[in-house]
Amino acid sequence: MEIKLWINDKLITDNVEPDMPMLEFLRDKGCLSVKRGCETSNCGLCTVWLEGKPVLSCTMPLMRANKKHITTLEGLRKEAAEFGAFLADEGADQCGYCNPGFIMNVLALERDIEDPTDEDIKEYLSGNLCRCTGYTGQFRAVKKYLAHKRSVKADE
Amino acid sequence: MLRCNDYIFAESLEEAYKLNQKKNNVIVGGNGWLKLRKRQWGTVIDLSGLGLDKIDENDEEFRIGAMVCLSDLENHKGLDKYTCGAVKDSLKHIVGTQFRNTVTVGGSIYGRFGFSDVLSIFMAMDSYVELYKGGIVVMSEFAKMPYDRDILVNIIIKKKPLKIGYSSFRNQSTDFPVVTCAVAIGEGRIATVVGARPSKADIRTDSAEALEDINDYAIKTAKSFDYQSNMRASAEYREHIAKVLIKRTVERIINN
Repeated sequence: MEIKLWINDKLITDNVEPDMPMLEFLRDKGCLSVKRGCETSNCGLCTVWLEGKPVLSCTMPLMRANKKHITTLEGLRKEAAEFGAFLADEGADQCGYCNPGFIMNVLALERDIEDPTDEDIKEYLSGNLCRCTGYTGQFRAVKKYLAHKRSVKADE
Repeated sequence: MLRCNDYIFAESLEEAYKLNQKKNNVIVGGNGWLKLRKRQWGTVIDLSGLGLDKIDENDEEFRIGAMVCLSDLENHKGLDKYTCGAVKDSLKHIVGTQFRNTVTVGGSIYGRFGFSDVLSIFMAMDSYVELYKGGIVVMSEFAKMPYDRDILVNIIIKKKPLKIGYSSFRNQSTDFPVVTCAVAIGEGRIATVVGARPSKADIRTDSAEALEDINDYAIKTAKSFDYQSNMRASAEYREHIAKVLIKRTVERIINN
């Protein structure tokens, strides 16, 4: 099937099998941050943005992205590195396997909810599983990152 | 993984209906459940080009398109206000933000899944499904209907003067629920829905006088449902939890 879409603002046209999963398609196009952590739509590792909204690329049918924009971690390098530094400072991640999907969703949270409460943060990120940790390091990193971004914005 | 020979965006409900008459074809909602089926489909039918991704609200009702994703339902201000947050309470524990941005209310309701928070909350309200051929059917009747080849087009909630509350119990956050409980009080009646027993949601309706003794109401109502055991909980445990959830939900509604 013919498909035309933008991956990280780059226009791609291709001919794909009708059941090509979005996740495999993105990996074929070089977005190797997009990974399959489970096969049950549960882990959040394959998170990408479709028209700015975080979705599961293992689940969302690829053809629904026709003529739309997909953003992956590769398209958000600067922001990802900035938040990644907060994760590292808090010693939050251990194996780091879950980071790409987690970072995608943290950056979506930042855009979606202006001044999130602790509860908002936990609810928004509850679909990103980490099997090494108890999430407290990640939670500290998110809080400090959002506070930092707010103060930068206030200074502007 | 979803496996199919063809993937078609239906250009009309009639086209979707015709395609859906073949047993080897299937309609995809958000693909949350369908992808777990180990089966090669002929044609997968996609309804997302038919404008069914909108929630319309007027003085009498909400009309929710089958392709509305769960997060749009969760974040709809009118629904949130009408249900005093109960719709949001029913959805926020389902897997995660990205999942709810992906899966659809039509898929959730059509599936009539035993574990469904979505079916539980809708059943407690004065709600209906609109089927392409079958017309408008009360939600609790639809839940009992056998799976057929019709198409769920819209879900309708009539704005009755009800106070609505929702609770669920999970062994672990974001997992399937062990028990779901939705309660609606108003117009001299109380309706209590208990789902994930683990069979699909069912409803008990009594006159509001039954609430003179809330504890007694919770015990009797919880007892009136059937429960089974599975890997998440035993039948006895589910009944106990159901009683507690009914009591708490009723109290929360009354004290609000």
